Amino acid sequence: MPRTSKRKAVPPSSASVKSPDSLSVRPGKAGAVKAVTKEVDRIDQLFDSYANKDLGLIDPEGVETLCSDMGVQHTDVRILMLAWKMKAKKQGYFSKDEWRTGLKALKVDNLEKFKKALPTLETEVMTPPNFEDFYAYAFKYCLTEEMQKCVDVETICELLNLVLGSQFCAQVDSITEYLKFQSDYRVLTMDQWVNFYRFCHEISFPDLHNYDSDQAWPLILDSFVEWLREKRK
Amino acid sequence: MLRELVKRWAIYKVLGRWLSHFFSYLDRYFIAQGNLPRLNEVGLTCFRDLITKEREGEQVDRALLRNVLDIFVAIGMGQMDQYENDFEAAFLKDTVAYYSQKASIWILEDSCPDYMLKAEKCLRREKDGVSLYLHSSTEAKLLEKIQHEFLSVYVTQLLEKDNSQCHALVRDDKVEDLSRMSGLLFYLSKNKERFRLLFKIPRGIEPVSSLFKQYVTAEVTALVKQAEDAASNKKAEKKDMVGLQEQVFVRKVIELHEKYQAYVNDYHTFHKALKEAFEVFNKGVAGSSSAELLATFCDNILKKGSSWKLSDEDIEETLEKVVKLLDYISDKDLFAEFYRKKLAQRLLFDKSANDDHERSILTKIKRKCGGQFTSKMERMVTDLTLTRENQTSFEEYLSNNSHANPGIDLTVTVLTTGFWPSYKSFDLNLPPELVKCVKVFREFYQTKTKHRKLTWIYSLGTCNISGKFEPKTMELIVTTYQASALLLFNSSDRLSYSDIMTELNLTDNDIVRLLHSLSCAKYKILNKEPNTKTISPTDYFEFNSKFTDKMRRIKILLPPVDEKKKVIEDVDKDRLYAIDASIVRVMKSRKVLGHQQLVMECVEQLGHMFKPNLKAIKKRIDDLITRDYLERDKDNPNLFRYLA
Repeated sequence: MPRTSKRKAVPPSSASVKSPDSLSVRPGKAGAVKAVTKEVDRIDQLFDSYANKDLGLIDPEGVETLCSDMGVQHTDVRILMLAWKMKAKKQGYFSKDEWRTGLKALKVDNLEKFKKALPTLETEVMTPPNFEDFYAYAFKYCLTEEMQKCVDVETICELLNLVLGSQFCAQVDSITEYLKFQSDYRVLTMDQWVNFYRFCHEISFPDLHNYDSDQAWPLILDSFVEWLREKRK
Repeated sequence: MLRELVKRWAIYKVLGRWLSHFFSYLDRYFIAQGNLPRLNEVGLTCFRDLITKEREGEQVDRALLRNVLDIFVAIGMGQMDQYENDFEAAFLKDTVAYYSQKASIWILEDSCPDYMLKAEKCLRREKDGVSLYLHSSTEAKLLEKIQHEFLSVYVTQLLEKDNSQCHALVRDDKVEDLSRMSGLLFYLSKNKERFRLLFKIPRGIEPVSSLFKQYVTAEVTALVKQAEDAASNKKAEKKDMVGLQEQVFVRKVIELHEKYQAYVNDYHTFHKALKEAFEVFNKGVAGSSSAELLATFCDNILKKGSSWKLSDEDIEETLEKVVKLLDYISDKDLFAEFYRKKLAQRLLFDKSANDDHERSILTKIKRKCGGQFTSKMERMVTDLTLTRENQTSFEEYLSNNSHANPGIDLTVTVLTTGFWPSYKSFDLNLPPELVKCVKVFREFYQTKTKHRKLTWIYSLGTCNISGKFEPKTMELIVTTYQASALLLFNSSDRLSYSDIMTELNLTDNDIVRLLHSLSCAKYKILNKEPNTKTISPTDYFEFNSKFTDKMRRIKILLPPVDEKKKVIEDVDKDRLYAIDASIVRVMKSRKVLGHQQLVMECVEQLGHMFKPNLKAIKKRIDDLITRDYLERDKDNPNLFRYLA
């Protein structure tokens, strides 16, 4: 789970990320349709097994437990994907409603199914337009304070690695290097974040030949391209 | 109809006979009766040779030519197609070939003026010829072609011929010859309407005006280089200041501009060239922007004791010329700010030579740049008038309330915040005598207006102190800061740097500057221990009772802090707000706009004040997106939407 700088830097660890082209949406599990209420009960039970009784929420500890049960690192991108699926609002916590939303959507009501649903989830996320949505969500998920609109550069770097690292390794490395080097911006906005993805997606790398600074790229990307070109000389 | 044809055919036969010694092959065509295209060819060839003959100066039967052409026209049965396609096109092609050949010879043989003369002659002759035997519609095209052959093709060579005779023409003020060249082009442009053209006159004039521009640019650049060279010889501590050299530079630029303005007035198309040439001036000299240079120049003219001893009329004229140069400065807002700062200095320290001139130049600037530029400055001048009235009331108040009188002559200038440049006010610890002054004025001011707050800016004040030195008593004119320091010595003989600093409650910077002016500069009012040239925090100071000077009254200068950086900073900050406002204004009215257009419109809107940095605009856009004024379109990231 991408967190603030308390955690160590996250290596790109999203395993088996399929590129959007080769996706194949697996149909939901056919088979016995359990009665809705029973399903809900099981989902709730699962929730309770991880939740913090006092809070009525699954807290970071609970999440960690869930992760180890699932066999993934808690810093794995798939947890972030899960949060997206649940439309979780608060970083590190899952509420009951969110849990229900997520698990229902995944058609999952026990741990086994949960584990098996992860690859499907991954594929789903990687499909445009889901990916754009997920990408934007990743940023919002880091806004921990009320009225917070920006995220600090360190977290952004971690997040970039996590979310784009497997798809656009070279670009992410370059961008994070630049972000750490520059000092004009200590925090980044949603608009800048979104445009990082657009950059990776649209701009030919590493030659950058189709980058046009006269277009509406945020200034930080103009500066990044300038810096990169200078470096290459 | 057939009768007509036969009749004409008969004429042709006559023609054919007359010209048979040139056109023996005419017999071939004689046989092909009614073969219209062939007839045309005959006529054309006849015609062509006749024309050539005429051009070579031989006499030719023009009436004959006219008649031939009429046939062409008639053949077309009311439409010009036959005439144009068959005859005219070939004719023009021929003409082009003919003149092209001539031109290529003449360009090599003749000097520029001679070549131009010949070209002129040819054009005139052709024009005459046209009215005699060519169809009037040909005239325009004909002249255009010839002009092209003579001028457009060779124009660059023409103008660079013989080490640029054109250069020489302009430099030596030989307007006449230059006028011949552009006169020729002008003849053609003036007859625009008659020829209902698409005359490539701009292209004709262009090379001339481009040369003009090149020449003038070279002159301005030379001046800049001269000034830069002089500047690099300046002493290190004066590096940042605008000195005499720069002033001379500005004066020369003005003179240069006047000179070339004359040409521009005669030939309007040169106006643009002149403007572009003078844009070199915009870059400034040796670290001082052109905005600053101009502002300093104005200051020098307007202040008392100006080094240019100019009459009132001359001053007005010079100011007029200076304001004209404002056209070439893109950072007009920077100029305004420098000007305002210097105006403040002039007004506050009573350095302004003449109120009328001050107002006059403001009016001129206003006419050129708009009211927003000068509104603050005008209020500054007004403030001073009000201050004088205020002072009178204050003196009345003092005479009516003698107990309040501080025993010192006090003059207070009240500035309205916002119109004047912002000044930092430090909490100087005033000597008790001055404290009383401040108190009295405050009380007085309360009687006038209850709702205003007074903030005292001691850094701008001056004091006249009487110094009782052993040789003789002298009057010292000093700043309030200096006065406060000196008065400390009334109660102590010897003070350390830190004593003084504690007493006065000023910053190191200020203390160093002020002590330096009193102990290490021209007049040593204080003795310093050790007697070095610079101030250090371990120094000790004593009143120099032995000080004297031949004058009774001396002014001890406290050099002002260089405000250049602050001015530039302030202007940069204002620009950010201006860019913001402009972006919002544009988006509010357009609702949806592409990135490039948005940038373009902002640049245009702000152009009369300054040239916005494109990166700055982008940064403001980014910021406005974060502040939810704008958003990007979902499908097109280059499109912005205004969020109400």
